[in-house]
Amino acid sequence: MVLKALFFYLFAAVTVASAFMVISARNPVHSVLFLILAFINAAGLFLLVGAEFLAMILVVVYVGAVAVLFLFVVMMLDVDFVELRQGFLQYLPIGSVLGAVLLVELLMVLGGWAIDPGLVGKGAVPITATGSNIEQIGTVLYTKYVFFFQASGLVLLVAMVGAIVLTLRHKEGVRRQDISRQVARGPASSIEVVSVETGKGL
Amino acid sequence: MNDLLSNYLPIAVFIGVAAVIGLALLIAPFAVAYKSPDPEKLSAYECGFNAFDDARMKFDVRFYLVSILFIIFDLEVAFLFPWATVFGDIGWFGFWSMMVFLGVLTIGFVYEWKKGALEWD
Repeated sequence: MVLKALFFYLFAAVTVASAFMVISARNPVHSVLFLILAFINAAGLFLLVGAEFLAMILVVVYVGAVAVLFLFVVMMLDVDFVELRQGFLQYLPIGSVLGAVLLVELLMVLGGWAIDPGLVGKGAVPITATGSNIEQIGTVLYTKYVFFFQASGLVLLVAMVGAIVLTLRHKEGVRRQDISRQVARGPASSIEVVSVETGKGL
Repeated sequence: MNDLLSNYLPIAVFIGVAAVIGLALLIAPFAVAYKSPDPEKLSAYECGFNAFDDARMKFDVRFYLVSILFIIFDLEVAFLFPWATVFGDIGWFGFWSMMVFLGVLTIGFVYEWKKGALEWD
């Protein structure tokens, strides 16, 4: 139990410290690397509460895909960082409003826990001791919560279509290779044999 | 619960060993390596001529499109894992709910294929 508490404080401290470094690092690439560290430590926190599947998904999806996409964008985008800092005061009001909203939400979540400390175990589907985490998710996600599951499928579809509509522009005048047309082409459609008489042109 | 966590002990050991080796390789050069710093050693090297400009430039948005589409199918596969572990227990309803989910995403896949988002021109 002591070991568990020790690991909890280790993961929590590193998560908070790296989250602070995300917003305070001067180099955006370092920010993204600290974000990856925060994700990995959050996965460790998930593991400590027994949510193995969520921990692994956090590593696979957030560290493996989302954070790498962020890193990709930050490293490749043509961003003038000195110019970005110029607008800091200009964006301060909207940034502080968003921060305040998040703070109020966090306080409401923690306040609910303070009002009823037993709230944690009173979910619609309480965690049981039998079976692994992934089995417990699987037994309810596809049957009891089928509407949420299908809605997530629709959200993914919208994300896919939206990304294509927003970014896909075909260049004009690009000649693509059409392999089936190349293969289907025979001598009859592409060669004309002309017999030319001697001494005369075509 | 403690059984579950003790399964992860090898990972904690591996992380510890990796941290020790990584830090040793990071710190050892400060102690033992020969040092002669030079600004030219830190500058960008471009086969004989001076670098024209910064490495940051405008990239084709297609790179990001490819990675966004990858993330979406990554999530689709993530949903398949719990389904596969409890496949025998959730019956035909669970089977068809996953088939509808896959069908919805297949519509998106067909859309992106037909739009040419998977091609690089």
